[in-house]
Amino acid sequence: MLTILFDGIAYGMLLFVVSCGLAVTLGLMNFVNLAHGAFAMAGGYITVILVNRLGLPFLASLPLAFAFTAIIGAVFERTLYVHVYTKSHLEQVLFTIGLVFMSVAAVDYVMGSQQQFVSIPSYLQGQINFFGVGIGRYRLLIILVCGLLTVALQFALASTRFGARLRAAVDDARVARGLGINVNAVFAITFAVGSGLAGLGGALGAEILGLDPHFPLKFLIYFLIVVTVGGTSSITGPFIASLVLGIGDVAGKYYVPQFGSFVIYTIMIVVLIWRPQGLFSRAVAK
Amino acid sequence: MSALASLPPKPLVATAAASLASRARWKPAEIAFWLATVASIFLLPSKHLILTEIAILGLFALSLDLILGYAGIVSLGHAAFFGFGAYAAGILAKYGIIKEPVLALLASGVLAAALGFVTSFLVLRGSDLTRLMVTLGVALVLREIANQLDITGGADGLQGVVMEPILGHFPFDMFGRTAYIYSLVTLFVLFLIARRIVNSPFGLSLRSIKGNPLRAAAIGIHVNGRLVTIYTIAAAYAGIAGALLTQSTQFASLSVLDFERSADVMLIVIIGGTGYLYGGLIGAVLFKLVQDYLANVNPQYWQFWLGLILVMMIMFGRVYGAIMAALIFAICTWTRLPFMQSIVFTLVVLAVLGIARPQILAVTSRITERAAAIQTRLRARLARKPAER
Amino acid sequence: MLRRDMMLGAAALAAIFASPATAQDTVKIGLIVPMTGQQASTGKQIDAAVKLYQQQHGTTVAGKKVEVILKDDGAVPDNTKRIAQELIVNDKVNFIAGFGVTPAALAAAPLATQAKVPLIVMAAGTSIITERSPYIARTSFTLAQSSVIIADWALKNNIKKAVTMVSDYAPGADAEKFFSDRIKAGGGEIVSAIRVPLANPDFAPFLQRAADAKPDALFIFVPSGQGGTFVRQFTERGLDKAGIKLIGPGDVTDDDLLPGMGDAVIGTVTAHMYSASHPSKMNKDYVTAFEKAYNFRPNFMSVGGYDGMHLIYEALKKTNGDTDGDKLIAAMKGMKWESPRGPISIDPDTRDIVQNIYIRKVEKVNGQLYNQEFATFEAVKDPGKTAK
Repeated sequence: MLTILFDGIAYGMLLFVVSCGLAVTLGLMNFVNLAHGAFAMAGGYITVILVNRLGLPFLASLPLAFAFTAIIGAVFERTLYVHVYTKSHLEQVLFTIGLVFMSVAAVDYVMGSQQQFVSIPSYLQGQINFFGVGIGRYRLLIILVCGLLTVALQFALASTRFGARLRAAVDDARVARGLGINVNAVFAITFAVGSGLAGLGGALGAEILGLDPHFPLKFLIYFLIVVTVGGTSSITGPFIASLVLGIGDVAGKYYVPQFGSFVIYTIMIVVLIWRPQGLFSRAVAK
Repeated sequence: MSALASLPPKPLVATAAASLASRARWKPAEIAFWLATVASIFLLPSKHLILTEIAILGLFALSLDLILGYAGIVSLGHAAFFGFGAYAAGILAKYGIIKEPVLALLASGVLAAALGFVTSFLVLRGSDLTRLMVTLGVALVLREIANQLDITGGADGLQGVVMEPILGHFPFDMFGRTAYIYSLVTLFVLFLIARRIVNSPFGLSLRSIKGNPLRAAAIGIHVNGRLVTIYTIAAAYAGIAGALLTQSTQFASLSVLDFERSADVMLIVIIGGTGYLYGGLIGAVLFKLVQDYLANVNPQYWQFWLGLILVMMIMFGRVYGAIMAALIFAICTWTRLPFMQSIVFTLVVLAVLGIARPQILAVTSRITERAAAIQTRLRARLARKPAER
Repeated sequence: MLRRDMMLGAAALAAIFASPATAQDTVKIGLIVPMTGQQASTGKQIDAAVKLYQQQHGTTVAGKKVEVILKDDGAVPDNTKRIAQELIVNDKVNFIAGFGVTPAALAAAPLATQAKVPLIVMAAGTSIITERSPYIARTSFTLAQSSVIIADWALKNNIKKAVTMVSDYAPGADAEKFFSDRIKAGGGEIVSAIRVPLANPDFAPFLQRAADAKPDALFIFVPSGQGGTFVRQFTERGLDKAGIKLIGPGDVTDDDLLPGMGDAVIGTVTAHMYSASHPSKMNKDYVTAFEKAYNFRPNFMSVGGYDGMHLIYEALKKTNGDTDGDKLIAAMKGMKWESPRGPISIDPDTRDIVQNIYIRKVEKVNGQLYNQEFATFEAVKDPGKTAK
């Protein structure tokens, strides 16, 4: 019973790390980035290359996965995305789906279509028995990393100068520019960090979610669910939504396996009918 | 206040009627479009199968455009109705409930409409994103239901559907000729109805809702009622499209409810242009032909090129973007570049184009201006000729 | 007189030279496999094996040129159906082959009957497929074959309580049914039967359920591709340490993925018809050539493609190049040959494959993971048909 709760939390945390980048671009920058999963996939494959082929320790490769994905994100932002911010949502959908198609085919060719596995060090394998509750070590790591990240993100957005600039740039880019904020740089950094987080999530999640070229499409729905259910106006919304969905999904599959896959969709529909703007948002979104 | 006084003064009614009438007038290009489709029956006998699929996809896109382009309801789950219609038609035929295909088609449409009516209340509220996700959720839940039920055959698909001849006279043939003509006739009839709908006062009221629901409500339009109506109609259209697919392939599987199907039809409508009935049809033709061509040239990695086209279309406009994407593809194909190098080459070109976008846009807009100027000059000359004579 | 002879001779010569170009002398095979989407690895394996076969055996058989037309259906059955129909109607193919998933094969089956075109199933593994048309022959395997054999093995090895966990679609249902029936018939017990959604991200809750049932063994079937994630989570959860044996058909320890699965998978016992480490000379040559050409390890899907090509070539030899569907299928019935997986034949009654099923255990050989075969059940027919 508690093991199920634990697994659900770990799963939810993982969903959160992968999706929070999307929450940032969608919620703060008002940009529909369906290619978000492609960055997560990039992080996963970077880890595979670093750990399996170059023999780097797994833990050391996590920050590198973040950094590399962030750089890729920044390059794409500067060259391509920057032109699409002002387009309509539908055009953004078309553009980013195009990027997804390209990334799927390219990765398929370069890395092969089969699933990839990261070699996890032995100290992260297996379970710890904690008062009769089986706790997976790897899942514990996920919870720790994701917990820290959440706190850091919340702090960065709410209490730092950069966070304030970002919120200003989002609320009114023109006025922010007038106040001497370099809006372009702020957006670029935010986008890079969002991609980097996705990459980190992909690196951590490869073990649990599996990693193959189809990843960005396979999990797109999950990211979107997290963001819409959580609402896009804060970090805590998607965080709690991820946990609810993670626990709901895992528990649903455990207790009522024949209806397992309905649970997550049903939660979403019910929440969205009850609160169309998501669970946690001021109802001012346009 | 008398009823008369609340009516607008007569000239206004007349102008409105005139504007509606002018919208409803058939333009030469439209007639040419339909003549071309009729000609395709005779000129492209070997392509009937893919053409049937295009016609069905076109009808499906038309359905999405009714709600997306005219009423502003975005949907990532339109396959719900398509799939519902597809399964309905399959089950009706398989268990011999309604044997005659045309009747079964209508019945499937009615059933899909009923589903549309019920679910329409879910999309009345919320932002675009909420609507996207609610519709998506409905489609996914339906897909799960179809997966679990016995009557649908679950993940194996609905097997053993056998179709009677249409109207008792025209059996479905191996070459897909009957199916193509059948699909085209259905598409044309439904298109005519859609054309009537969007050019009616009801259609105009939808556009005003799309433009600004608050103002529309303020001038006395019953917003929710209108939205429910059009959503139900669109669901019927999608259901009929799905039923056509089942009837022409004599088979239905879970893929009729897939997320990919909803996403594809959305891409098609955006590519073809929203709020324009031919947009969905043209989008369907282009999308399917390009997809089929690329998948034949490169069965493994065709998605890469399809993706490139989408990206370029948004970056540089539909026409120029598509031309530039085609150029990159042509360079890679003609020089027989291995795919690895093609990927690198394309990414580098993309980055360069991205950086140089303002300059490129300046060039393309100049080309457009030049072309427009030539066009007006030509038109002026053409107009002058009869006068000179 | 002389002039007329010369003209005749010239005409004959022209006919000889012109002949390879005419359609009559080309045999076309429409190969429909998923090259994109989640089943893409199946398509790649089959495509690679088919190309390898043609490299090794040439593209001419019985005086005819064999041309393979590769098409991607993305494992979407209505695509499969349309593509098959186009291939038959427009390209006038003489065979349709491939079929990555059961629904795709079922969708194309009526076409084979209508057009009298032999349909060679190279991957899909549900029993019923070959019953759907008299023109279908299979060179892959059926899940019933592996599932029944692993059940027999389990009973012999004192496994009395088992939990089944299968992906929720036709092959999964087949695997579950044949395994459970056999176990129950042998006095064993199925304590819990779990169905996992086909597109499933996380196995944790299902594994926990299996663990709570405390069985002797967990019978697992997931489509090739998901096996790796599954096995890793199985050990992560400590089910191996709890004394639960992991058994199943060989899809879970797919050779394609095995090298990357990590040591967690060592000790898994599966029953299947092919392992890349099958100790025959033919297989060693096959694996070497395959890895050299494509840089990845062939799996059981690849031999399905390889043997499918062999079946087509041999059938053509037997009919002397005649492409009449009835004659070809008649030629295929009862055909026996040596495949990289071992001796196989086509059952003359059901047109399904008869082959050895091997019991294998995952072991590390020269630092690489392999399914090492340690017991053989010879010439297993599809139990899905013999049961009736």
